[in-house]
Amino acid sequence: MSASPTRAIRPANLAAGRAPFERVVEEHGALVWRVCRGMLVEHDAEDAWSETFLAAMRAWPAFDGNTAGWLVTIAHRKAIDVLRAQARTAIPTDELPETDSRLGVPGDRDLDLWAALQLLPPRQRAAVVHHHLAGVPFTEVADLTGTTPAAARKAASDGVQRLRALLAGKEIA
Amino acid sequence: MTETLAPLTVPDADPALLARLHARLEAAAVGDDSPDVHYRRVDSPLGPLLVAATEAGVARLAFAIEDEDGVLDELATRVGPRVLRSPKRLDAVAAWLDAYFAGGAEPYTGAIDLRLARGFRLAVLEQLKAVPYGVRISYAALAARTDNPRAVRAVGTACATNPVPLVVPCHRVVRSDGTTGAYRGGAAAKVQLLALERDGVLPQPGGIPIRPE
Repeated sequence: MSASPTRAIRPANLAAGRAPFERVVEEHGALVWRVCRGMLVEHDAEDAWSETFLAAMRAWPAFDGNTAGWLVTIAHRKAIDVLRAQARTAIPTDELPETDSRLGVPGDRDLDLWAALQLLPPRQRAAVVHHHLAGVPFTEVADLTGTTPAAARKAASDGVQRLRALLAGKEIA
Repeated sequence: MTETLAPLTVPDADPALLARLHARLEAAAVGDDSPDVHYRRVDSPLGPLLVAATEAGVARLAFAIEDEDGVLDELATRVGPRVLRSPKRLDAVAAWLDAYFAGGAEPYTGAIDLRLARGFRLAVLEQLKAVPYGVRISYAALAARTDNPRAVRAVGTACATNPVPLVVPCHRVVRSDGTTGAYRGGAAAKVQLLALERDGVLPQPGGIPIRPE
């Protein structure tokens, strides 16, 4: 038997085919996590992460373009959906709950960033997450958040300044 | 990134978290959201195997000597690009493989999707399903069971390109002179499999016992 097992089954136009979706998850799973976790509390972030990849897998056969940017866009929309749903169901109350702040807990620095991000106004948070955590240029951050590149840059800059202050313990929310 | 977040540190997503997230995705990818192909790795005495299935059944089994990326690329191109690692959905075939390598003689009774084979090759594979455990059949004898009994070489090609070796037992097809012939998993693996079905124990090449892991 001399036939090459691969010759008969390997299509000539393999390069033109779409990559297996699993490779997208492997390459961009951590990026999508940074976006979801930066925007949302942990439990919601896990939902948003799987919903992002589920939606992306659905659209994958027809998608053509910058995969990372596309995923960040989907993740952003999923996060916004969650935040809007929470805003609708929030019960107004006279009493403010005590903040379960983990800021400044020694040896707990990782949690500090996520917790501190939750304390930023939504615009600043989105700008910091997309630009600094996901590496998205300000022109695209502006498109995502419905603002101008200059405003996105300002929001990110203000956000980072506020984060630094929060994490240095200079400001208690 | 054009600006640094220093001194802020962005924690890396830890592997256990990513594994948990992936499991959520697998659990959600059902029904209309099912991938075109789900796959997993299965450890075996012949090395790691890759098993892939469609909604219609097991469609591909690859030995370690095949390039995993190449196999997944082929599945993406020929079946569909929604290829997702989903180990749980392939537990049944993994359990069957474990039992087979432990000496189990039961044929695989789950669904098999032979869409990667066409025409005469598909007809040969259909005939192969009926070759029982422990039996050796020659390429010529298998050809005789098809519509084209003189197509012995084509039977060889059908075996060499069997997309689901082990599940469809092409290793039971040997040369008329009694030598074992080629195999998609390597000629040595074929000798081992035939010995397994004869003795109930899988020998290692050169008689080296299997190292338990």
